[in-house]
Amino acid sequence: MRRFVPHLLYALLCLLVVFAVQSDLLNAYLQLIIMFMGVNIILSSSLNLVNGYMGEFSVGHAGFMAVGAYITSVLNVWLFTSDRVFGPAVLPPASVIYLFPVTLLIGGIGAALVGLLVAVPSFKTRGDYLAIITLAVNYIVKSSIENIQGIGGARGFMGMRNVVDAMQDVADIPWIMLWVFAGTGFSVWIIYRFVNSTYGKGIVAIRDDEIAAEIMSVDTRRMKITAFMLSSGLAGVAGGLFAHILGYINPGTFTIMKSTEIMVMVYLGGMGSLSGSVLSAIGFTVILELFRPLQVAKWVVIPLLLILLMLFRPEGLLGNRELTDVFPRLRRILAPQRRQA
Amino acid sequence: MRKTVMAMALVVLVTVLSSPFSWSAETIRVGFDIPLTGDIPQVGESSKYAAEMFKEQINGAGGAKVGDKTYQLEFFYEDNESKAESATAAALKLITQDQVLAVIGPQASKQAVPAGEICNSFKTPMITPWSTNPQTTLDRPYVFRACFLDPFQGPVAANFVTQEFGAKKAAVLYDIASDYPKGLAEYFKEAFEKIHGPGSVVAFETFTTKDRDFSAQLTNIVKSGADVLFLPQYYDEVPLVVKQAQELGWKKPIMGSDSWGSAELMKLCGEACNGYFFSTHYAAAGAKGATKEFIDQYKSKYGYVPDDVAALTWDATRLLLEAIKNTNGLSGDIQKDRDAVKDQLGKIKDFDGITGKMTFTPEGDPIKCAVIVKISDKGEFEFFKSVCP
Amino acid sequence: MNLETLIQNFLNALQWGSFYALIALGYTLVYGVLLLINFAHGDIFMMGAYIGFFLATFLLGQYAFALPLAFPPQIIFVVTLLLTMVLTAFAGVTLERVAYRPLRRKGANRLYVVITALMCGLILENGNLALLGASRRNFPQLLSNTVYSIGEVTFSDVKILVILTTIGVFLLLEAIVRKTKLGMAMRAISYDRMAVPLMGIPVDTVIVFTFALGSSMAALAGVLFATAYPVLEPYMGALVGWKAFIAAVIGGIGEIRGAFAGGFLLGFVEIFVAAFFPSTLRDLIAFSILLVFLSIRPTGIFGVARATKI
Repeated sequence: MRRFVPHLLYALLCLLVVFAVQSDLLNAYLQLIIMFMGVNIILSSSLNLVNGYMGEFSVGHAGFMAVGAYITSVLNVWLFTSDRVFGPAVLPPASVIYLFPVTLLIGGIGAALVGLLVAVPSFKTRGDYLAIITLAVNYIVKSSIENIQGIGGARGFMGMRNVVDAMQDVADIPWIMLWVFAGTGFSVWIIYRFVNSTYGKGIVAIRDDEIAAEIMSVDTRRMKITAFMLSSGLAGVAGGLFAHILGYINPGTFTIMKSTEIMVMVYLGGMGSLSGSVLSAIGFTVILELFRPLQVAKWVVIPLLLILLMLFRPEGLLGNRELTDVFPRLRRILAPQRRQA
Repeated sequence: MRKTVMAMALVVLVTVLSSPFSWSAETIRVGFDIPLTGDIPQVGESSKYAAEMFKEQINGAGGAKVGDKTYQLEFFYEDNESKAESATAAALKLITQDQVLAVIGPQASKQAVPAGEICNSFKTPMITPWSTNPQTTLDRPYVFRACFLDPFQGPVAANFVTQEFGAKKAAVLYDIASDYPKGLAEYFKEAFEKIHGPGSVVAFETFTTKDRDFSAQLTNIVKSGADVLFLPQYYDEVPLVVKQAQELGWKKPIMGSDSWGSAELMKLCGEACNGYFFSTHYAAAGAKGATKEFIDQYKSKYGYVPDDVAALTWDATRLLLEAIKNTNGLSGDIQKDRDAVKDQLGKIKDFDGITGKMTFTPEGDPIKCAVIVKISDKGEFEFFKSVCP
Repeated sequence: MNLETLIQNFLNALQWGSFYALIALGYTLVYGVLLLINFAHGDIFMMGAYIGFFLATFLLGQYAFALPLAFPPQIIFVVTLLLTMVLTAFAGVTLERVAYRPLRRKGANRLYVVITALMCGLILENGNLALLGASRRNFPQLLSNTVYSIGEVTFSDVKILVILTTIGVFLLLEAIVRKTKLGMAMRAISYDRMAVPLMGIPVDTVIVFTFALGSSMAALAGVLFATAYPVLEPYMGALVGWKAFIAAVIGGIGEIRGAFAGGFLLGFVEIFVAAFFPSTLRDLIAFSILLVFLSIRPTGIFGVARATKI
């Protein structure tokens, strides 16, 4: 029973937030920030899997996000709403409340398949060459979406708000907030399990010394494929959630700038630290909104702070340690089944 | 470590607590969702300047009288960075955090279309001064606009080039990644081919936003034998295309659209743009009456002749104020007031704007005339002809 | 498509590819010496364009005050070009001193230096935006820009200048790298970093020289770019920079010949794809070709596969 304390705590947090929303303590803008935090947590922890734990240099994470966002949005709008392009709803709109996670997962699977495009070349190349390939994949995804006129092409895709309204018609609770919490919890849990499993040890071994790992009978190919697919799949899920939060997506959102922002969160938190990515995602979202009054100077101050961070604490917030390593007493609550290694 | 976590929590708390929850009954809050940075900052600047001028004029005279109370105007400016997702986030912030009565903007269709969705679902009236794409107001009872639409502008351009240049074949070059150029290019093609037959648009070339080199597309256009080039692009791209076209040997006319009308166009284009035409909302040179007053006031305050964005923003803000006055009293409950303003906006008839008379259709679009402007040999925008529906 | 269109597009591609080649050069030089991808390089290109803009307007007397003598525009162009190269070289060296050297001294992981480079790039772009405002600048016309035509092929003197300059720069750099001592030192560092200081070669000096060379090439590209496409904006370096980086890798990063080959290849692919296919497919096809190419030959055209000792 003690094993489930962190899960229960998380559910409690989620309920608290929903309660706050229902009693109008949090306005729509603050809700937006919280939901963005959730999405950023998924993005930074999934990228951390590849860049941090596995030590690769993947620069195109926004591409996978785009794939997931579009697949989920198109499916939802086609199936559950009557749209100008796709015609009337195929399934009853009320069924969206339990089919939404299904479409999210389909979006994630689609993104994972695109992740294969990056995983296969990674067998032969490393480091800077892999960076190019991921960059190219990001551009290719963006360009492909721009050319598919049926889903709006470069001008974007709308209609997700009707999907959310369909959910609201069933029960007037903040559905998207719930789904974001569910998605974030699921992602963090899956990555945690992955990292603490044999696979996790395998990818850390690949980071430290790939050839030695091969010699030690680590199946590097399978590890790489799994890690890349998991990472991009989760990014796809984050993309699907992002699309429904905003109600509008266009390919211009998923460019190198977005990938750079995600990378910044990963490096800020510390490569190879899951709790670091979570914390830095939360902090970074807050900083982005806090610095909004600065307008243009915002994007001068933030990189400056990061450079200072790199100079004085290059390993990021937590390095490659976890929160439970820094605060050992938290281990009793957050990771009760792990004994002192 | 612990201290930083506490500090972060404190900061979040302070932000939450400092956000204004109450809707003040003494001021009228209006939000502006404009591109202060990004690709077309001149548009954002013009909007802000025009709005500021209006606010000073009204507040300086004691405020706006609605019913039997007088209110001061309070304007909130959010930068949408010329990006669609920033426009939606800015709109959300204005509506929910700043609790504005209505939103003016965004200007470019690429941001106006998605932001309109937000304003409509949050039941907040929105007036876009400059967006001409029909999707902005389509099926959205809360969204209005202060300018004509592209389905009107496309045929205006097509008719003009046929009459003025005797063009039988046309070429179009546009940015496929942006709502406005894409929509307008398609309307132009439709209109032109209706006059001259299918296939008379011999070159329909595209590029993506931020492209700098158009030599491949322009080579195709020069080879196509078209009589005129239609270029519905923004003021920062036009100079590049025009110069490259001339370098590749294009000597025939180039027709532009209302996105050319910025004060910065000639600064960036220089002599290369002399002699071309574009359709727009108003022409500063030769203006009379209230329009001339606005131009003089703007010029003396900011030092340059206002462009169509400034004039349209001025009209949009005045429209909003008129609708607010027509409600005959604001209740203080923000949702009720937003609904009241939206109803009044729909009822406005024959509003005398400096860009022309406006009456709203049920869709929220005004019926207005367009103006064809010629860029004279001195580099000035000269009124050439007026086209009314 | 007839022969003349082909030749026209060929010329267009040569010009467009020249810019990629010049910028890719900076990436390749720095990578060869430091094994660092200097992501701020695209923004150094942008700085070069802006410094050139201010110099040109100043010399033309349009900026603050009119100069006592009025120089002919061609002289102003040459002076602007050379001065910009020098000033931007200073900027590049300052960047190295302030941002990269402290990390190098600490022996930080290469990845951190790359992140710092990305951040420096962002600071340069947004700093420009914050300082100079968001309105676009128009680069003054210094060259006559006459249009010549042979048959149906048209080109301007700017186009020819760009292409000839790039070829000249290539020959010059090959000469520097193969014939001078500093060039030899640069090649030595890229072979074996540890042994070089043992041989009495001041590593820091060579690195400074490399940055200066790379930045001045970027400045050259910046001024030429501003002459050919006279609208300047703070983010002009970002997209061109990333593409030039790809060009450098395609050509084989670390090799000067590779930078030129990659730059021209990318330019050709982009122009010819836009000429034959609808322009929307341009990025898609160009990047797909690049992806396929890299899968077949991961080290690039001229790249040397590095053997790692186990």
